[in-house]
Amino acid sequence: MYFLTRTFLSKGFRVTIINREKAECKWLARMLKATVVHGEGSNIQILEESGAETADAILAVTPNDQDNLVICQLADMCFRVKKTMALVNDPDNEHVFSKLGISAAFSTTRILSSLIEQRTGFENIINLIPISEGKVNVTEVILERDSPVIGKALKDIGFPANSLIASLIRRGDLIIPGGTTILKEGDHLITITTPESIGKAIKILMGDKNS
Amino acid sequence: MSFLGKSRNRRKIKKVLTMSKNQLFIIIIGCGRLGSFLANRLSRDGQNVVIIDINKARFENLSAEFSGFRIEGDATETAVLIQAKINKADAMIAATHEDNVNLMIAQIAKRIYKVPKVMARIFDLKREEIFRRLGIETISPTSIAGDIFLKSLQKVTIRNKTEKIQ
Repeated sequence: MYFLTRTFLSKGFRVTIINREKAECKWLARMLKATVVHGEGSNIQILEESGAETADAILAVTPNDQDNLVICQLADMCFRVKKTMALVNDPDNEHVFSKLGISAAFSTTRILSSLIEQRTGFENIINLIPISEGKVNVTEVILERDSPVIGKALKDIGFPANSLIASLIRRGDLIIPGGTTILKEGDHLITITTPESIGKAIKILMGDKNS
Repeated sequence: MSFLGKSRNRRKIKKVLTMSKNQLFIIIIGCGRLGSFLANRLSRDGQNVVIIDINKARFENLSAEFSGFRIEGDATETAVLIQAKINKADAMIAATHEDNVNLMIAQIAKRIYKVPKVMARIFDLKREEIFRRLGIETISPTSIAGDIFLKSLQKVTIRNKTEKIQ
């Protein structure tokens, strides 16, 4: 909670924290430039006192799925908060939450496990971030010497439909590639793919050895 | 040994056979005072009952009349509800002591598994009102007890103030 709030504050957001542990509240209030409210997030009165009516988004990150669900639903129904986001502790609940009207539900367990799978599977494919409930993946691929696409222009490598090389990092410099950009060894490619196209995209960039 | 096994088997078959058409299949979440009361009664009345509680010790609240199934587990986990065969349930009652647990399970049962009759016990009156609007049938012990008290108060007549108190 502390690091999350600190990140949001540093990006210029106004943050109000609701926490039911009094001691934690005191500590958070001392450490952060955020409003801290002591109480239960699924209590309508507490939500009101925290200014839910004027909030642009609510983020429910308690360790209990039922609390996160009800907090988001109350924020939506009572205070018309536009964006309701919930942490899902049981990965199975991810689709349950979206069916019950939560705008975004994310499971840290699933995100972490897919990250670990990716890292252990391929050493030069990193930073896999699933977006929009895993419908889109952002992946960083490092081109090795034996990659079949080295020396080729982007437009000639036959990248699959619904996928994109969004940017390229060469010796620490950011390049926004075009069709004529030539790929080089050691390039870090930031690709945007769907779960259906990711396999093919990686095969093209790294050759058959990793498939 | 083999005889014992057989008789147990027969009983099991009997149980399956009694899941007949005129018997309701009811899932009850929470085996506290309310949950166990309902489970005991419904089971005695011949309904097919499955009761779920996260704490095994609470099954001690069930009486000898209870002939249904018990599942030890967290009913906010879909896997536990599936184990209880929620897709076949005619009714579900969420009677844990946590409002949010009851609200979540009731919504899963109603909206995802289309259980025809879903009821949830809710202590918080404000929360009850909001979720009733969502189509969840809620029962609030607070408002029920309050209504009865108020109704009973209506019968009270004003005491004659001039009457001397001894």
